[in-house]
This record gives sequence, structure tokens and C-alpha cells, in this order.
Amino acid sequence: MFQPVLLANIDKPNSYTLKVYESTGGYSALKKTLREMKPVDVVEMVKSSGLRGRGGAGFPCGLKWSFLPKDHPGPIYMCINADESEPGTFNNRVLMELDPHQVIEGIIIGSYATRASTAYIYVRYEFPLSYERLQAAIDECYAAGYLGKNILGTEFSLDVFLHRGAAAYICGEETGLIESLEGKRAWPRIKPPFPAVEGAFRKPTVVNNIETMACVTQIARRGADWFKSIGVPADPKNPRDAGSYGPKLYCLSGHVNKPGCYEAPLGITCRQLIDEYGGGVWKGRKAKAVVPGGISMGFLSANELDTTLDFEGPGKVGCLGLGTAAVVVIDDQTSMVDVLYNCCRFMSHESCGQCTPCREGTSWSTKILERIRSGRGKMEDIDLLLEVANSMGIIPGTTICGLSDGAAWPVKNAINKFRPEFEEYIRSGRKSVTPAQELMMAH
Amino acid sequence: MAERVLTDDMVAAIKAYFPRYPTRQAVTLPALHIVNERLRYVPIQAVIEIAQLLELAPAEVQDTLSFYGFFPQEKPIGKTRAWVCRSIACALRGGEEVLDYMCHEAGIKPGETTADGNLTIEFAECLGACDFAPCMLAGKDLHKDLTREKATAFVKQMTAQKG
Repeated sequence: MFQPVLLANIDKPNSYTLKVYESTGGYSALKKTLREMKPVDVVEMVKSSGLRGRGGAGFPCGLKWSFLPKDHPGPIYMCINADESEPGTFNNRVLMELDPHQVIEGIIIGSYATRASTAYIYVRYEFPLSYERLQAAIDECYAAGYLGKNILGTEFSLDVFLHRGAAAYICGEETGLIESLEGKRAWPRIKPPFPAVEGAFRKPTVVNNIETMACVTQIARRGADWFKSIGVPADPKNPRDAGSYGPKLYCLSGHVNKPGCYEAPLGITCRQLIDEYGGGVWKGRKAKAVVPGGISMGFLSANELDTTLDFEGPGKVGCLGLGTAAVVVIDDQTSMVDVLYNCCRFMSHESCGQCTPCREGTSWSTKILERIRSGRGKMEDIDLLLEVANSMGIIPGTTICGLSDGAAWPVKNAINKFRPEFEEYIRSGRKSVTPAQELMMAH
Repeated sequence: MAERVLTDDMVAAIKAYFPRYPTRQAVTLPALHIVNERLRYVPIQAVIEIAQLLELAPAEVQDTLSFYGFFPQEKPIGKTRAWVCRSIACALRGGEEVLDYMCHEAGIKPGETTADGNLTIEFAECLGACDFAPCMLAGKDLHKDLTREKATAFVKQMTAQKG
């Protein structure tokens, strides 16, 4: 079995301390980088590794860095997105709690490459232990000379600050994050300009994910070729495929025997993850559906479980993409009507309300499903749900950010792949609203 | 004149954030957190005083505050704020029922505070701890793999505390 790299040290006692991190070779890559490489060489190294962002969109990391204007007088900002909120996702929490230095080493290397002088880590409020461990690690770095002025005796200086969120999913959208950092409502910005040109405080900004930064550390330590030797190479027949390289942290939850964060090469199949890592579906049942990468990505049906969990795999069976690689297993005793309702309710709660198709679309999807689940559904509700879903998002071109596409996708997949179940539910006239849900509706 | 709400300690804590950012407005969220942690709400008077410190209009601070739905404004919430996850991974393993048990045990609805002021129960969206579903964040403590027994025991323990 693949030997974990990103999670190699998390079981060691006090894995989150500088002492333990250094004893496993920590910060050796930083020393080598600052002493032997120019920033532009670091960008090239990350480009040639094929690293794609781990936050959900899978944009090539080195390419993102190269969009920064050349010879800008500065300041340039690095924003680290630790607002991990996609339902089912917790890989960044594991890294921040158990190996924060691996993340910070990557942030310092990334800031050196992009000539950023300040990095803000936007940590979601729900992660108090991550906040505490990151702050302790940052303090250790200042004391050890890895942060602050003239790092390791070089010309390079960097400050890293934590910025705590306030429980809003939309702050994980990179321009929503920037607005929130600036002290405003977290309304995503219209792009262009992209953050690389005009980001935080109207200055060039790179926004990167936590796991992406841990990958940067490992690339700097082990080399771009090592990283590129893992995963699934780009399909030469598909010019839009940038490849799926490197190890990936998969979050496995829901109806499995052993939920957890597992590291595997990009490209293992959903079935492998569930059976070989997760110990199979719980209670001896079968999977009815699986969320491949956070609920925004939609659903795999039971006969799509051999889908590879790389950047290209889920898209081949109609899902939106790999997303955050958060795999949620739904067993065959569960109603897809109930599952979809849960997804729509989440998106309706978290839509920022800026764009009408999203604000209204998420809300009406939820209301239609409430009607169906209270036994008063009509057969035409199914197509109505699809019509709403097809009209919202960046893909139909009606919204500023992708939250709406992520809200539409579970609706589209659930109805297209499980339509008979919706029809049977409506025909039966049964109710599945639970007392707990009625309690929440009254709130 | 309304009575001042921000203590010297809060003002000092807020000002300590100034050097971190190129603008004062960026200190809005840190300032709101500082006040909320101490008062367990952010009354309008605090918004006005934060605005003065940050050289903003009170409306600008209130505009940001109201976006998040996180900062109570009418009265302090309970000493412990318990967030029970209702999103997909927890819901599949009984998270919504856990919320039901807790509210039943405490005699309140989601969003309400027990009469002794000890406990506020709210539902939360995904807490990012799906490996421990169903889960709850109470203050800074993550409560993992909740059952009916664990949830009701938690409420009993919270409400037994003397004010």
C-alpha cells in the first residue's frame, strides 16, 4: 500500500511541535530553497510538479502564482484558505491540528516564490484547535527565525497572521474570503480582475489552500519529479486535462465502518477507498449513492463506484468534479429525497444572497423538497427542481461565483440518476419530515 | 449618552490588531470576536464604539456584522454555545436526532438559551469533523461520536452548573 507522505507524522506524540517536525526533516526544504533557489525557480518547480490546488477547483498552483504581475513594487499578499466548510471535508483540519509546521513551511516557500511579504491564514471559526495549534506553530517559527525579518539570514522577510472567520461557507470562495478579510460582507467579487492582479487590499494576491501548501513543502523537499511520479498523468488526447499528480487526502464519512482522513495517490477508485480504507459500507449494507468530493460535486450512483477519484474521474459520470475529495457514503436504506433536501437546505442557508438566481434558486429548491417531504409533492415538482437547477450558476452564466453551480449539481445528479425514487416517493404521498427537522424549520 | 460598553482591556486587544493589516477596516472581524468572546453578544453600542476605533461609520461595522449571523445583538447568549451539526455526514449518522434529544432535555428550541443562562443550543452547518459524526462544538470543545446518552448527559451537566 502507498506510504503516506502528507500524513506521515500525524501519529507521533506532539506531532504539532517544532521539535518533532524538525526531527523528521522539517524546514530542511525551506533552508535549501532560500539558500539555493531564486523565487522564479520555485515557481517553475511547482509548475513542473503538476500540483493542482486542493481546495476544490483544481487550478494548477504554479500557473496561478505566475499570474502575479512581474516587478510589482508590492506589497503582494498570500492568503491561505483554511475556511474548509464544504460538507464532508476535514482534511485541512487534520493537517492544521496535527502537522501545522508542514503547512507553514509550504506557506513560507510559497510566499518566497511569489514575493509576498505578508500571509494571512483565514481559519474558519469552527476550528478552535486548528487556530490554537497554528498560532503556537507560528510563534515557534518567529522564535526560531523561520518567520519575521531576514529569514535564515537572507533578504527575505515574512509575517504570517491568523484571521478568524465567523461561520459563513461563502468565505471559502477566494474573493469572498478577501472581502471578509478586509472587514466587509463576504460577497464574492466579479472577476476579472482576478486576485493575482487585484486581490486583498487591492494588491496582487495569491489564495491557496492548506493541503496545497503541505504539497509545496513536500515538492520542495523531494522534488517535482517525485510528485509527478504519483497519480494519473494527463491524457494526451484531452488538451484540457492538466493531469492529477501527487498524493491526496481523501475524507471518508457517512455510512462506512471506518470514517477518516486517508492519504492515497490521486486516482484510486471510490470503491477502493470505501472498501480498502473505510472497511466497507456499515451494517453489511450496500451503497446506494456516494458524494465524490463534497456535496457540491453531486452524486455517484451504485454502479459508478469504480470511478477514479482524480480531477477528471467524477466529471466523466456527470459529477461536477473532484471538489474537495470528501467522499460521503449513503447506504441503500436512505432516501435520496431526504439526502437531497439536506444538501439544498445547506446551500440555501449559505447562499450569500448577492445573485438572484442563487438566492432564490437555493431557497425554492429547498421549499419544493419540503413540500415533497411533507407528502404534498406533485409529479411536476421533479422537472421544476431541474429547471431551477439548470438556471443557476457560473455554467449557465447567471451568478458571480460557483456556490450556485455547487447547489445545482446535487439536484441535477439526484434527479437524473435516481428519478424513479423521486417519482415513487411523490406517488406514495408519504412523509419523511422528522420531528428534529420540524424543530429546525421553526427556528 | 449611552454608557460605554468596551472596556480598556477590549480596546487594547482591538488596537493590538492594527499593525497586522494595511487598513483599520480589516480589524472589524477581530474586534467583533473580541467583544463577543467577553460579552457573549455585540450590542449596538459596542458597534458604535468599534466604529470609532476603526475610523468607520457604525453602519459599516453593522453591515459586516449582520452578514455573518454569528454575533447576537439583543442579549448575551448562554455561557456555553453548543453547535450541533445538521449537515449531510452528521445527518446520515443521526445528527438531527441528537439536536432533538438535546433540545428536549434542555426544554428549549434551537437558537434559544436555558433559563439559567448556562446553555444556548444552535444547529450548525458542517463542522468539518465528519470523521466523528455526529458531532457538536460546545465552546472550544469538539464532542465526537454523539449518542442520545452522551447528548443528554452533556445538557444535564451544563444546566446543573451554578451561575
